[in-house]
Amino acid sequence: MISAQMSVKEPTGTDAYVGAQIVVDSLTKRFGDFTALDGVSFEVGRGEVMGFLGPNGAGKSTLIRILCGLLRPSAGRALVAGIDVARDPDAVRRRIGYMSQKFSLYNDLSVIANLRFFGGVYGVPRAMLEQRLRFAIGMAGLAGREDALVATLAGGWKQRLALGAAILHRPAVVFLDEPTSGVDPGSRRRFWDLIHALGADGVSVLVSTHYMDEAEYCNRIALINRGRLIALGTPQELKRGSLDGELLALERDEGVAAAGALLAQAAGVRDVAVFGSGLHVVVDDATRRGPELVAWLASQGVSGTRARRIEASMEDSFVHLVGAASKPEGGAR
Amino acid sequence: MRLRRIKAIAVKESLQIVRDPRSLMIALLIPLMQMFMLGYGVSLDIKHIPLCAYDREGSQESQALLKRFASSQYFSVERVVRDYAELTRAIDDGTCRLAVVVPEGFTKGLNDAGAGTVQVLLDGTDSNTANLAANYARAVVSGYSGDVQLEAVQRKGGTIQTLTPVDVQARVWFNEDLVSRNFIVPGIVALVMAIVGAQLTSLTIAREWERGTMELLVSTPIGPMELMLGKLAPYFIIGMVDAAFCLALAVFWFEVPFRGTLATLLFTTMLFLTVVLCIGYYVSVSIRSQVGASQIALILTMLPTTLLSGFAFPIDQMPPVVQGVTYLVSGRYYVTILKAIFLKGAVLTELALPVLCLSAYAAVMVLLAARAFRKTLD
Repeated sequence: MISAQMSVKEPTGTDAYVGAQIVVDSLTKRFGDFTALDGVSFEVGRGEVMGFLGPNGAGKSTLIRILCGLLRPSAGRALVAGIDVARDPDAVRRRIGYMSQKFSLYNDLSVIANLRFFGGVYGVPRAMLEQRLRFAIGMAGLAGREDALVATLAGGWKQRLALGAAILHRPAVVFLDEPTSGVDPGSRRRFWDLIHALGADGVSVLVSTHYMDEAEYCNRIALINRGRLIALGTPQELKRGSLDGELLALERDEGVAAAGALLAQAAGVRDVAVFGSGLHVVVDDATRRGPELVAWLASQGVSGTRARRIEASMEDSFVHLVGAASKPEGGAR
Repeated sequence: MRLRRIKAIAVKESLQIVRDPRSLMIALLIPLMQMFMLGYGVSLDIKHIPLCAYDREGSQESQALLKRFASSQYFSVERVVRDYAELTRAIDDGTCRLAVVVPEGFTKGLNDAGAGTVQVLLDGTDSNTANLAANYARAVVSGYSGDVQLEAVQRKGGTIQTLTPVDVQARVWFNEDLVSRNFIVPGIVALVMAIVGAQLTSLTIAREWERGTMELLVSTPIGPMELMLGKLAPYFIIGMVDAAFCLALAVFWFEVPFRGTLATLLFTTMLFLTVVLCIGYYVSVSIRSQVGASQIALILTMLPTTLLSGFAFPIDQMPPVVQGVTYLVSGRYYVTILKAIFLKGAVLTELALPVLCLSAYAAVMVLLAARAFRKTLD
């Protein structure tokens, strides 16, 4: 139902541009001595949902703020909907929607007053306004509660209302900065359904998150760490390509701490990472090395381990890629 | 610039003001309180000065003179003493500000030489009150002597024409007192408006920064000028209501004569309000914290308007350098305009210079305030 409503298009200049909706080219941002973004480059196509994954302080918010025209880049270039954000930030602002990390609607105003305000500020055409307001209210699931003060809404509703306010003017590109932090899992799922509906409707969405499971919902993922882009691709590509081999999950009822220290010296082992109560071990050939390692560990005095082959998750590749990127330049010691 | 966006901001801001009735009450009541406090506090009207009477003669004439003091609204007879020691005590412990001593031979002097002498002792610790008290006392005495003279002339069968105009002299003095209040109250209107106007807007942008709503606002296509006009519009209305309250109090409560036209008053008041609202807005944009912005706005408006606008302290008696500085104080022009409208009934053409200066001031402040807001976070 949602995507059906959203496909009602208005003929604005926004839709005229058909190339990549976001083009980031060697973008660098420095705050004094601190380099928050270091030569980041990527593109986001029309209708694509691009996830930004990275630890806190990696530079995700900085990048989004530059693309919204809130911060000026120190070097490099960024185009949004074909417009240079440094040259004409106001033209960019007319074509984007933005949800900042901190909830930023007006708590002391009602649902409808907030929406009307943003409708006015974004200049939604009067003929469209009522329909767009109804759409945003329906999307947030707030029909019948239009006059409720925003302060009284629970997190999930606030989040969806903020998204509704950000897309009132049918932007070509939407930036969502950790939109689901602090929201319950059910609301997160509903929120992602809305994001996909936007993508299906041709809106390009750039969303940052630190939830690994959310990253898998994206068409493509950009992995960012300490201001650098360390991987870019579909979730499958990242999971497959990032690991140098195959993955074994190693478990032991008495704990795996002793095994972890030993495994680094075992034949065929390329990487070991603690994962929950067990270990994830990257090996050259999972089918062969599984039984081999269990036997070898037993011979070393660590008996009772179980090994099974698993598919790599997003978290595996994230840990692996961040680990690889954090090693000193040149990699091998 | 689009009217639609300005309206959206103005509506939002108004809703927020209405949602917070406590602040709205403060915005409307504080000016009234300030008007009353300053209106009475700065008044030069000194009445009921405590007086100590020492009648050394005890004649009908001396009692008649002292009765005049007692019936004057400027004095109230607190003590009647019988020796100098008691009199000194009354002055020393502060019970009385002045003492009137009628010496022996007062009536004899009046009858024989036509000139009686009374002694007035003043507590000089508050020289201003002492000065006024001495003048009032002189007026009372000359009023009495005029009557005595008149009586003597009439007894001898003379006519009214020989009357010396002692009474007239006394009336001049009373009038002068009245003028001092009329002179000050319009200035107080300017002072109250300067303080309240800047306070109203000093919170408006700082609040958005503190609540985190500014980041989103900056990401929208709203322009700095649109934001400012939308933000100022509701406060302009509140400010005009405040101004109407203050001006009405000046006319109907403090009974300052109003001789000018309402149109001139309205126009110049709008100009001044624009200036002070913009000062508050500029501070709010620059400081980004509500407490800080409110403090700075208070200092920026109250100090210069109190000291340098000429509302109570005449500018032409200031050192030349300070006089130069007063040209930078917007209150100076508005005080000049208000006094002229109230007391002289001046119209716009007669006020061309101060009105032009105030207009230029308003234009500069609007531009400064609009430009101060940058649509970036760094």
